[in-house]
Amino acid sequence: MATEIHAVRRETAAPATGRPATPDLLAFAALLLVLIAAPYVLYPVFVMKVLCFALFACAFNLLIGFAGLLSFGHAAFFGGAAYITAHTVKVWGLPPELGILLGTAFSATLGLAFGALAIRRQGIYFAMITLALSQMVFFMALQLKFTGGEDGIQAVPRGHLFGVIDLSNSLSMYYFVLAVFLFGFVVIWRTVHSPFGQVLKAIRENEPRAISLGYRTDHYKLMAFVLSATLAGLAGGTKAIVFQLATLTDVQWQMSGAVVLMTLLGGIGTLFGPVVGAALVVTLENYLAASNLPVPVVIGVIFVACVLLFRRGIVGEIAARFGGKRS
Amino acid sequence: MASDVILETRGLTKEFRGFVAVRDVSLRVKRGSIHALIGPNGAGKTTVFNLLTKFLQPSNGHILFNGRDITAVKPADVARLGIIRSFQISAVFPHLSVLENVRVGLQRPLGNSFQFWKSESVLDRLNGRAMELLEDVGLAGYAQRPAAELPYGRKRALEIATTLALEPEMLLLDEPMAGMGHEDIDRIAALIKRVSANRTILMVEHNLSVVSNLSDWITVLARGEVLAEGAYAEVSRHPKVREAYMGSGHA
Ligand SMILES: Nc1ncnc2c1ncn2[C@@H]1O[C@H](COP(=O)(O)OP(=O)(O)OP(=O)(O)O)[C@@H](O)[C@H]1O
Ligand SMILES: [Mg+2]
Repeated sequence: MATEIHAVRRETAAPATGRPATPDLLAFAALLLVLIAAPYVLYPVFVMKVLCFALFACAFNLLIGFAGLLSFGHAAFFGGAAYITAHTVKVWGLPPELGILLGTAFSATLGLAFGALAIRRQGIYFAMITLALSQMVFFMALQLKFTGGEDGIQAVPRGHLFGVIDLSNSLSMYYFVLAVFLFGFVVIWRTVHSPFGQVLKAIRENEPRAISLGYRTDHYKLMAFVLSATLAGLAGGTKAIVFQLATLTDVQWQMSGAVVLMTLLGGIGTLFGPVVGAALVVTLENYLAASNLPVPVVIGVIFVACVLLFRRGIVGEIAARFGGKRS
Repeated sequence: MASDVILETRGLTKEFRGFVAVRDVSLRVKRGSIHALIGPNGAGKTTVFNLLTKFLQPSNGHILFNGRDITAVKPADVARLGIIRSFQISAVFPHLSVLENVRVGLQRPLGNSFQFWKSESVLDRLNGRAMELLEDVGLAGYAQRPAAELPYGRKRALEIATTLALEPEMLLLDEPMAGMGHEDIDRIAALIKRVSANRTILMVEHNLSVVSNLSDWITVLARGEVLAEGAYAEVSRHPKVREAYMGSGHA
């Protein structure tokens, strides 16, 4: 499995290198228009769910697609932030933006700790350590008092953004979530096309060579890990406000698996792939939940089919077909 | 005079699960020289390079660079002290362009490599120097191509350009000419000669005519041990060296 993912990543690496090209900008403009209009066509809550998971998947993709690290514990950052945000808003009575900020900061710190422990490991060992650490977070969420055990934290008030904008209005809530998503997306875009991103790509491409040029590669990987964890936390904290809820579902290992799935489906190492992957998986889950088909099985089958049919993921395949060939 | 020696090893030894790949090797590389490390396949030349750059930890012995013991220094920090190596199997960043490959080398001393909030266009000011380096190795015409598309010999040339980008005090080149055509060999040999003016070069090379033309000093390694040392004329007359090379098929 590890080598499989590795191989997929190698092939998808090409489209994202180089400048933010015109096709990327056009795609971004199109995405923006769709997202601005979306709540008038679709259920706002549904699109907000897509946006939260899309940001989560983009954060995860920053790590696997640009640093070449497969984390299997990202639920800890997503769910951890959801709990902190839910608690601080509901119990401490913080405004939503501060609650989200605290949740995000929590995930950044957790990311630093997990990263420091895991970053020296390679491949499947790295994945296993991140999984083990995230399971610890899961058990804490199950055992601690403030997390509410099996029930989680429910009925979190959405509150007023900056004390003025009432987020119980679903359109206000929607445009706030959109702003958060765009912020995260732009941070990732910039990171990928920054001096740091350039080194990250070099490390992904040939780590011994990067070391031999004097780059302390562990520091760069740790930095990528913390950035990824932070943005995953931002997604999780926002999700807690949208659904007014933080539960064990957010921190359990299936959530880590779901984000791998979204990113793989959409295209590892592409900017838009995780967004497409997240939209696809959330849509499928919604439709399937209404039917009486076994959801995990159907998603599993689709996943296998996609990996076999388009190895680069949906966006990766499109970029490879239309964006000129690169070996 | 001690400062004449830039790199020194004392009793360097590396054992892989009972197999001694490098045994008690004591090298003294003179500052400003081109020093060749030769020997039949499997002699331990690459292993010595891996030890010197700390990609492998020695089982025994010491490494001194500019009089400082670097035996416990990490590989990236060895590079930051001024020892940059190339690899026997060409090491480039395949999905980066040829220009970007060289810029990865040029970028490191700038200290902006953790800045994730800046645009990569701040690296454009490195393009001029990068093009000069590419010119030197005959790759200027390939600047925008992904490195993966280059034929093998040109990847080697790109690796040398990236290595030189860091202006290292000392270069370790592991078979820099392997896989190159005649014309490129001449170009790279001339380049090595030229850049050696203000730095030290330790080079593994199988092409003996290159070795005889370039090197000031030669160390012959066989079965992990130093067999002979000296200038080319001297070493090539050495009976043990002739035997070792005959034995492995080199004339
Ligand atoms: N990591 C390792 N583990 C076990 N044995 C190794 C390792 N690296 C090298 N060796 C062994 O050490 C010996 C020396 O290898 P090395 O690569 O240093 O030779 P070399 O002189 O560079 O040869 P060549 O001219 O073929 O490049 C070989 O027998 C090799 O199999
Ligand atoms: Mg070798």
